[in-house]
Amino acid sequence: MTKSYEEINEKIRAGKAVVMTAEQVSEMARTMSAKEILSKVDVVTTATFGAMCSSGAFLNFGHANPPIRMERIELNGVPVSGGLAAVDTFVGATDCNVQNPTYGGAHIIQDLIDGKEVTLEAWGKGTDCYPRKHIRTHISLDTINEAILMNPRNAYQNYNVALNTSDRTLYTYMGTLLPHMKNASYSSAGELSPLLNDPECRTIGLGTKIFLCGAQGYVVWNGTQFNCSKPLNENGVPMGNARTLALMGEMREMSSEFIRGAYFEKYGVTMYVGVGVPIPLLDEDLAHRVSIRNSQIDTFIEDYGHECELIGQVNYEQLRSGEFEFRGRKIHTAPLSSLYKARRIAGILKQWIEQGRFELTAPVRPMPAGTSLKGLKEI
Amino acid sequence: MIKKVVVTFPADTASQPLIYELIKKYDIKVSIIKADIDANGGKLVLELDSDSEHIAQSVQFMKDSGVDVSPLEKKISYDDTRCISCGACTSACPSGALSIGAPDWKLKFQPDRCVVCKLCIVSCPLKLFRIEFAE
Ligand code: SF4
Ligand code: SF4
Repeated sequence: MTKSYEEINEKIRAGKAVVMTAEQVSEMARTMSAKEILSKVDVVTTATFGAMCSSGAFLNFGHANPPIRMERIELNGVPVSGGLAAVDTFVGATDCNVQNPTYGGAHIIQDLIDGKEVTLEAWGKGTDCYPRKHIRTHISLDTINEAILMNPRNAYQNYNVALNTSDRTLYTYMGTLLPHMKNASYSSAGELSPLLNDPECRTIGLGTKIFLCGAQGYVVWNGTQFNCSKPLNENGVPMGNARTLALMGEMREMSSEFIRGAYFEKYGVTMYVGVGVPIPLLDEDLAHRVSIRNSQIDTFIEDYGHECELIGQVNYEQLRSGEFEFRGRKIHTAPLSSLYKARRIAGILKQWIEQGRFELTAPVRPMPAGTSLKGLKEI
Repeated sequence: MIKKVVVTFPADTASQPLIYELIKKYDIKVSIIKADIDANGGKLVLELDSDSEHIAQSVQFMKDSGVDVSPLEKKISYDDTRCISCGACTSACPSGALSIGAPDWKLKFQPDRCVVCKLCIVSCPLKLFRIEFAE
């Protein structure tokens, strides 16, 4: 048995599609075969709500009279890109002002989504066609033209678990890592995570419609650092940081319930971004893939205390239990991404599809195959 | 029962005899969780372990000796309306006061287990924790 996108969309339009979250279907799989799941379920919703620095927003401010070619731009005192056209900018999530490093681009994006006014100050050298040299004003999502959220990289397929064997506390983007392996932190949503339910990206490609921070957004490209060459475990799951997605969506439709500016101590600003991806069960292989359980998903343990060496492996069932045994010790584990929020997102996306408000799109181009990662050499 | 208190004392009140008295006179197991003392006096966070009657008497005794005693519970808080239940604070919390897990994966805070290490303050990416010593 196989199903097409069109058949599934017809069911969605008729309000008859059977939609389950990836956690629900993993539970079903304890007693049902992939074949039975395929016959019962049409769409599986996956989600994640984690910190992703590779985020930002394109804004177009509109022209003043007389106009200015903005070459240096600050939003709420935070310098943002002046490297686009006269009144366009890209606010990078990690942009910040060294004077006040705890507030940055991610917070500006959240403020705008919350409907707040943000102070814009910009400078240009003045040209014949853009005579103005300076402007200071307030902007909000109501006053500007486009406001598009863009993640060059998000929804990491899997991610290494961080711990610290050194004798000092480390403040990292994986949170506070206590010395002597007193804790370990992990960031993937495990069996609920989008790219762990469709590990070869059979249904996720350019043009896949998704939930993005409360809005309906799209997968627009393979994410940066898209890596197909990570080793697979015996269940076909890539271990560690593998594939990623580039995402885009309309900021005006977003809610700060699903996007938050954040600051990691002694590290910097980052942004929590909520993503939900629907996976159509087109055939038995996909039904089998979405059945994956936390106990079948392994990841590497990375020692942030010693040059990020990989020193072991662990599965998500162990991580979720709150502790795991390693080198003869019990190590306390904690998540960094919110399973609570990811479940909310998977639930909302399920509802949208059940209510006929969200149809599925077939990718217009598949994700690349055979990619690996290059490092950076010093000259 | 276990009661945690913040004890603030001026320069002329010595802290050591005080604790000695607590142990000897009132039969209280005292753990010093945090001490911040200099020439101008200081602040102690104490865990008092005994029955409620002895604890009450010992608190009265400290107050009579001219030191300020206030319960710890009110001092540590976080803004749960803005919490995203990411779990970053639970990773750093050494006492188990902050925890997250099945079934709902929402952050749980048990102030009575807190040892005032302040690691949660630096570890919360949304900066939601406040620890105050003033009543
Ligand atoms: S101060 Fe320390 S013990 Fe208390 S809640 Fe925060 S991390 Fe836990
Ligand atoms: S770190 Fe902050 S946002 Fe995350 S669970 Fe703890 S209090 Fe909530």
